[in-house]
Amino acid sequence: MQLNNPNSDIFSRRKTPIILFVVLIGLLFLMRLFYLQVVDHRYKIFASSNVQRIITDYPARGLVYDRNGELLVYNEPYYDLMVVPRQVRDIDTLEFISLLGITREQFETRMQAATRYSRFKGSIFERQISKGEYAAMQEKLFRFPGFYVQPRTLRKYPHPIAAHSMGYVGEAGPSLIENDPYYRPGDYVGISGIEKHYEDVLRGTKGTRIVMVDALNRDIGSFQDGRYDTLAVAGTDLYSSLDVQLQIYGEKLFQNKRGSIVAIEPSTGEILALVTAPGYDPNLLVGRVRSANYRMLQNDTLKPLFNRALMANYPPGSVFKVANFLVGLQEGGITNRTRYSCPGFYRSGGITVRCRTHPQPVDALLAIQYSCNTFSCIQFRNTLELPKFDNMQHALGTWREHILSLGFGRTFNSDLPHELPGLIGSPDYYDRIYGPRGWRALTIISLAIGQGEIGTTPIQLANLAAIVANRGYFYTPHIIKAIGAPENLNPDYLQRHQTTIDSVHFETMVEAMFETVEAGTGRFSRIPGITMGGKTGTVQNPHGENHSAFIAFAPVENPQIAISVIVENAGGGAAWAAPIASLMIEKYLTREVKRAWFEQRILEASFLTF
Amino acid sequence: MRPQFNFFKNIDKLTVFIYLALIFIGWISIYAAEYKEYHHSMFDFSQSYGKQFVWIVTALVIGTVILTIDVKAFPAFAYIIFGLSIVSLIGVLIFGTTVNASKSWFHIGGVAIQPAEFVKFTTSLALARLIYETKSRSRNFKAIIKPALLVAIPVLLIFAQNDTGTALVFAAFVVIFYREGFIPGWMLILGVFAVFLFVLTLIFNEFYIIGALSGLFVIAAIFLRKKPAMIRQMFLLLIIVNAYVYSVDYVYDEVLQQHQRLRIAVLIDETVDLRGAGYNLHQSKIAIGSGGVWGKGFLQGTQTKFNFVPEQGTDFIFCTIGEEWGFMGSFVVVGLFIFLLIRLILLAERQRSVFSRIFGYSLASIIFFHFLVNIGMTIGLVPVIGIPLPFISYGGSSLWAFSMFLFTFLKLDSKRLELL
Repeated sequence: MQLNNPNSDIFSRRKTPIILFVVLIGLLFLMRLFYLQVVDHRYKIFASSNVQRIITDYPARGLVYDRNGELLVYNEPYYDLMVVPRQVRDIDTLEFISLLGITREQFETRMQAATRYSRFKGSIFERQISKGEYAAMQEKLFRFPGFYVQPRTLRKYPHPIAAHSMGYVGEAGPSLIENDPYYRPGDYVGISGIEKHYEDVLRGTKGTRIVMVDALNRDIGSFQDGRYDTLAVAGTDLYSSLDVQLQIYGEKLFQNKRGSIVAIEPSTGEILALVTAPGYDPNLLVGRVRSANYRMLQNDTLKPLFNRALMANYPPGSVFKVANFLVGLQEGGITNRTRYSCPGFYRSGGITVRCRTHPQPVDALLAIQYSCNTFSCIQFRNTLELPKFDNMQHALGTWREHILSLGFGRTFNSDLPHELPGLIGSPDYYDRIYGPRGWRALTIISLAIGQGEIGTTPIQLANLAAIVANRGYFYTPHIIKAIGAPENLNPDYLQRHQTTIDSVHFETMVEAMFETVEAGTGRFSRIPGITMGGKTGTVQNPHGENHSAFIAFAPVENPQIAISVIVENAGGGAAWAAPIASLMIEKYLTREVKRAWFEQRILEASFLTF
Repeated sequence: MRPQFNFFKNIDKLTVFIYLALIFIGWISIYAAEYKEYHHSMFDFSQSYGKQFVWIVTALVIGTVILTIDVKAFPAFAYIIFGLSIVSLIGVLIFGTTVNASKSWFHIGGVAIQPAEFVKFTTSLALARLIYETKSRSRNFKAIIKPALLVAIPVLLIFAQNDTGTALVFAAFVVIFYREGFIPGWMLILGVFAVFLFVLTLIFNEFYIIGALSGLFVIAAIFLRKKPAMIRQMFLLLIIVNAYVYSVDYVYDEVLQQHQRLRIAVLIDETVDLRGAGYNLHQSKIAIGSGGVWGKGFLQGTQTKFNFVPEQGTDFIFCTIGEEWGFMGSFVVVGLFIFLLIRLILLAERQRSVFSRIFGYSLASIIFFHFLVNIGMTIGLVPVIGIPLPFISYGGSSLWAFSMFLFTFLKLDSKRLELL
């Protein structure tokens, strides 16, 4: 060894203790690991008691009150039995299935389904266990590690009314879960009605809690003092514009009948009652029984799921004369002083429209009062054939614009479910049927009396009554008045919609409709002490008995309520629809009905045909 | 000699194989630790395991590039590289960002780089060159001053970043000083003995220790009664040791900070503060201990997956291995490290160049220190000090730095016959 060589290595023997030390530490570690992992079993017990359970705190869905603060929809607690497949160990399956009352096959299938979803996360094993059932199960549950209950709420309706408007809540479907990360399997979501429209408001915000459970499946407090927890925020309450008592009364009047009532507060567009008959009890579409009941309702030949108030597309009949006369007065097809005498029919170019016997001659006012078809046809034709229009397209286009401004032929896009637009034919529509220039005023003369190629929905007719009551404008009819607190008015419906008709013509119409009830076709439905304007209609029904229709508003000077009533297969408007409207108005304005015999006649009537 | 273009010639295959095995184990362990049911792809780059995959690929590229560098460049540029790395340490003190109370990160784009990780490598280069250049053969306390100062520069700067763990790693250079003859063996033994006494004193009352030591002295004195000179020397030693034992409490209570005291306390008494300071260690031991002989299986761990164990992907990655692969998995990982360390020491020993030898020993010492502290803390043998497990823990800086370190040494080793 050369000491002078800087690379000489006199300490090379020192590698041995270094290597020995490394090996020594390695052996020490392995011994320690052997002790921890193989010898000492405490850590396996610690680990099994280190079990987390992730509990979703479901916020209570917002409640719904009526316009007077009466409850329409509330929540009832129940429990979902959850399972975390990973944590299920050594359970007495026999005892478990007898506790739940399920078969062994059901147990296996559900366990497999839960495992498929996740071994670490809880899935619903048995849904909607009532409070009573849970109480019986509670004390035994600790013997089944991996199972726990999750408190949930279900919708409940104190009165079996307004089912279509309220809508219902159901489990989120696979496509929703796929597209919206908020929803998890087993979550509830509004499927129709206001539950759907106001889903974001009503649902609140889910919270998550991580709790530790011990080997006996007991909750032993939150994980890391709740560092990973989030709070649930309850849903926001809604204040409906409905009047529960009026709604109950309307549904009662419609027993054994088909048809609808729509009542609106003209000054706000708030819907006071929305009856569609036959209806169903909203409590049927809640919870475990929902899908079975839904199928039952779907198969019912009376079609209780069909919301007539928004979807039934009737020709309006004579009620529509109100709209037609307004257009005629606005465009100058008639004036206040225009008079015609009625021979009992209108005949022109081979077309005959029959009328009934009534005093002669008639002006616009009397023509509404007696619902004169002759005057209606003349004024409609006069209006369309005014020299200021270049052609029929122009004339009908102008007419249609006015009618659309009165709320027909389109949906309101309101918070109501499944509205249909109805049908107000455009010039193009008639071009397609009759060919261009193949039609004239006479071809479409049935529109003058609200028949033919025309469809309107009951809510549109009620809105027409509201427009007349307001003398020329309306607010979008809606069913949720306020959100969160009664004074927080729903901001979506504060916009006033002005029609294209001058208010002076409405004064004429108000007087005409007033006279209709005072001394015209609606006189049998006069309410003592209340001034009311109305218009009867009889909707020709090629399939059976005519439909009875009526629109009204009251009081005339300061309208509080505008209403449309349609009773299917009941005959003339004066006989059935007008009395129902009159009873509704009396009920709403005076809170009680004094004409007992009048009410009795309606309650006893039945117009159900199958 | 004709220029060599086959850069992989003479590269130690065994070391490369262990290296690849460790980074693969690391990657799947990070995946298991961070695994969430809704992120299935191991290549999801928004997740740490996806990022780690990028770090692994780039580390392999860096390693390959290093193999192409002329071997003489490493000693030649050692000081310059060291100087630049010191500048980056100063830079991070001024411009860096603070993560977990340590101001030791540069954030460039979306990537965080920790210069201190690389300084272990550059300091090794500079130290190897310094000792290699020292003409004097004398190995005494005067000779150690310059190398010690060189190591002290980065240590002080890293302490200034409040990154105590990384600074402690530089203690690994003691192995170099020992191997190269700067310090005698008895000093190391004394050091180990001092640590042993320190722990013993914390467990038992110091007066029992003093009494026991005095008793041992009396027994020894009886046996050596015919050699009074030795008895005198031993008595002096007894006084010093007893003074040390007596001062342990003072050091523990007055010099150490509260969190440091707690880290030692939880080692000694495992029931201390299980919800606070003892929590990490307790959960770590539960995770590893619940693995049993064969482990719970890949992705089947319950302790590491549910946030019971902190820092599952980085400092406590060994918990995932212990939980999911059991004692067999722990045995394989510990075995691979020991095997790698012995291999590196033997490779260092076969170098003809002092530079290469010191550099190789530096690599082995630093990997060993990380191994010792990281695995030691997860199984409760060493206080909790936050340093990563080389090649396995999640983190780009650490993986890059260790890969550069390893591949530089492999390059030096492949040319060991050309260097003197």
